[in-house]
Amino acid sequence: MKFKRLINSSVITTCALLSVAASSAFAQDSAYELTVKNHQFSPAPLTIPADTKVKITLTNQDTTTAEFISDDFKGGKLAKGGKTVSFFIGPLKAGTYSFYDEYHEAASKTQLIVQ
Amino acid sequence: MLSTALIVFREIVEAALVVSIVLAATRGVASRGRWVGGGVLAGIGGAGLLALFADALSELASGMGQEVFNALVMLIAVVMLGWHSIWMGQHGREMSAQLNEMGQAVVTGNKSLAAMAIVVALAILREGSETVLFLYGIAVSEPGQAWPMMAGGLLGITAGIAVGVAIYFGLMRMAMRHLFKVTNALVILMAAGMASQCAGFLVAADWLPALGDTLWDTSALLSEHSITGKLLHTLIGYTAQPSGVQVLAYLACLSVILGLGWLTARPKALQPQMSH
Repeated sequence: MKFKRLINSSVITTCALLSVAASSAFAQDSAYELTVKNHQFSPAPLTIPADTKVKITLTNQDTTTAEFISDDFKGGKLAKGGKTVSFFIGPLKAGTYSFYDEYHEAASKTQLIVQ
Repeated sequence: MLSTALIVFREIVEAALVVSIVLAATRGVASRGRWVGGGVLAGIGGAGLLALFADALSELASGMGQEVFNALVMLIAVVMLGWHSIWMGQHGREMSAQLNEMGQAVVTGNKSLAAMAIVVALAILREGSETVLFLYGIAVSEPGQAWPMMAGGLLGITAGIAVGVAIYFGLMRMAMRHLFKVTNALVILMAAGMASQCAGFLVAADWLPALGDTLWDTSALLSEHSITGKLLHTLIGYTAQPSGVQVLAYLACLSVILGLGWLTARPKALQPQMSH
């Protein structure tokens, strides 16, 4: 009996975890395109809505490797020259944040405006 | 050239830190040099391969292949570090006694060494592949810059290794009876940090709920991407903006390793009779 209850509760827990995972997967309602060329992002600054998880699709038009990174918020990814990658950022509170390409920090540093 | 060196240094120093702690933690285990050396070579080879197949990898798991792969790498490293810590709990005392008597390694622990070799290989694989991609990008786009790039890369790698060597010898100055305790604590904290990173990658891939996006934010105090931040990131799992599930993974990992270590390290007489 006890064993069966244990199985039941673990099945329920697993289902609950899966559904939470699934709902968070489909909760994002906005996607944004970002490109990097000559080590500069565009659009710069990038504007996204507040309190929303957004998907960023980053296209690297340089031949060098670029890595989207921020000291102010989580998320980001490495994109080889000529490649496109996607990642999630947020939800973030309204405000101004900065982000850059880790390998070309000075040239690429720009702002993320969350409103 | 110097900026290249700095970027490479920042990637390499984390792997160097892992290797130096593993070397210190396996002091006194016979033939550890061969195993750790093998791990280093496997890691370098793997970093090249990973860089080569980075595109194919990132397209897996609906474009989240990188995140899922990183999470898997972290998970394996956590298991290996945990295994080593528990193994040391069982054998550390006898090793310590033998070393004090003879100053010479006598204990064999091939399974534990294999686990640590895997940890070393995975650390180099991860940090090394980003370094390879970064340097490759420069080589492709600016052919004239090949030599300064190579020089910068080598300088960064050398500096990273030098920090690792310095940490290793710093740990070696410690008295043997302290060394085991200190390295074991470092191994457990490193494992907990990796468990938290593993959870972080799974959240980034949308495979796990965040359970609170940012429990606290110390990014203004210490950036995760600064050199100090990166070192602490590897050492104790410092994360400027941890999510709830990351903190949960950290604490769960700590409790599991400490709990299993405590259970298995108890004197045999106190354990219930079980057949093996």
